[in-house]
Amino acid sequence: MTESRAGLSSDEMAREVALDLRDGQYVNLGIGLPQLVADHIPLEREVVLHSENGVLGVGGKAEPGFEDWDLVDAGKKPVKLVKGGSYMSHADSFGLIRGKHLDVCVMGAFQVSATGDLANWWTGEDIPGVGGAMDLAKGARSVSVLMRHVANDGALKIVDACTYPLTGRSVVRRIYTNLGIFEPAGDSVIVRGLWKGIELAQVQELTGVPLSVRGDIDLLPRPLT
Amino acid sequence: MAINKIVGSAEEALAGLTDGATVLVSGFGEAGSPSTLLEAAATMGLRGLTVVSNNAGFGDKGLAALLASGAVDKMVCSYPKTIGSHVFPELYRAGKIQLELVPQGTLSERIRAAGAGVAAFYTRTGSDTPLGDSKEHRQIDGEDHILEYALAGDFALIRGAVADRWGNATYSKSARNYGPTMAAAAKVTVIEVTKVVPLGSIDPEAVVTPGILVDRVLEVTQ
Repeated sequence: MTESRAGLSSDEMAREVALDLRDGQYVNLGIGLPQLVADHIPLEREVVLHSENGVLGVGGKAEPGFEDWDLVDAGKKPVKLVKGGSYMSHADSFGLIRGKHLDVCVMGAFQVSATGDLANWWTGEDIPGVGGAMDLAKGARSVSVLMRHVANDGALKIVDACTYPLTGRSVVRRIYTNLGIFEPAGDSVIVRGLWKGIELAQVQELTGVPLSVRGDIDLLPRPLT
Repeated sequence: MAINKIVGSAEEALAGLTDGATVLVSGFGEAGSPSTLLEAAATMGLRGLTVVSNNAGFGDKGLAALLASGAVDKMVCSYPKTIGSHVFPELYRAGKIQLELVPQGTLSERIRAAGAGVAAFYTRTGSDTPLGDSKEHRQIDGEDHILEYALAGDFALIRGAVADRWGNATYSKSARNYGPTMAAAAKVTVIEVTKVVPLGSIDPEAVVTPGILVDRVLEVTQ
């Protein structure tokens, strides 16, 4: 359905996640779409990006010609280290995660349920790979999901109950999509934001659980505050 | 010179590695992968190995070469299928290799536990997923946990940056990854480094893996 696209770029979606990151937070960005969030963090905010392979203070992609293959991110791509950045072993890095030291983790998802269940590691086909998703889902103080509202094949992604294997139960706090911003609330998802030109009724059609409205709904894109 | 862990060749570095061994292999993708040791191991005609590593090899070099040699019966890893890997997927789909999939933090902590003398630990990670189904569950502080056992190796093959004859070692940036943890968790730990330096030239504050955890040091050209 065309509504599911809403003409939004991935960067526009990533910017809304970035706007909700606060000065001084330690944040892990999942591979793929969530990594775009790094490019939209307001300059005056000092947000420290963690990469689970042992880098604290990821500073974006390495400049062409200056790639160092000993300095890579979770996607195994060469990155830079910011001033003040540091390295640690994998065990220490996952100690940070499991020990609840990260403020926010942003991940992609195949499915999220109204109770905040997350499915994002395996569709049940071919060779499974889990990586750090389950550790991050349980370890980060707050888990946000950044994803297209509807799958490429038209399947709904915000669902009553995940049909794909779970990554973690009741872990997702906030969902950012190309239709809006949502919060799992148990038997419904609360609408916190809607993109300009998107109507609540359209979103309901593309969402597998009831939407609810509590308080104001932000008009997206939000101004920088 | 009472202690000298420096060896002259990969063959010497891998002496005693035999069929059926469990081998811990450092690296996150190519970063920190002991490719010289792995490629030497691939020529030894080994069989029945269990390899513990974050990934399952890329392209045809390093870990992929060891897998392609038919030496490995089982991979214990967190993310076997990555862009650019074809050897593991082919073996897996042909039913020629077993896979034990472990969440990344649980994998590193199981290895850490082995090196620190901890038999097992409880973790929330994976408790409510298919990977936790067959595990022992326990409610702790109102949360569901699963029991995960320590994971030790007969050999650890790791990649460092600089080492001395005692085996004191440093690493390079994110290539550190599993190195320090695996060094502690194997009966025989072999580290390949790009530079061997005289004893006393590594700042003691900068030593990441102390020599007590290292058995053999191999200097490699790249």
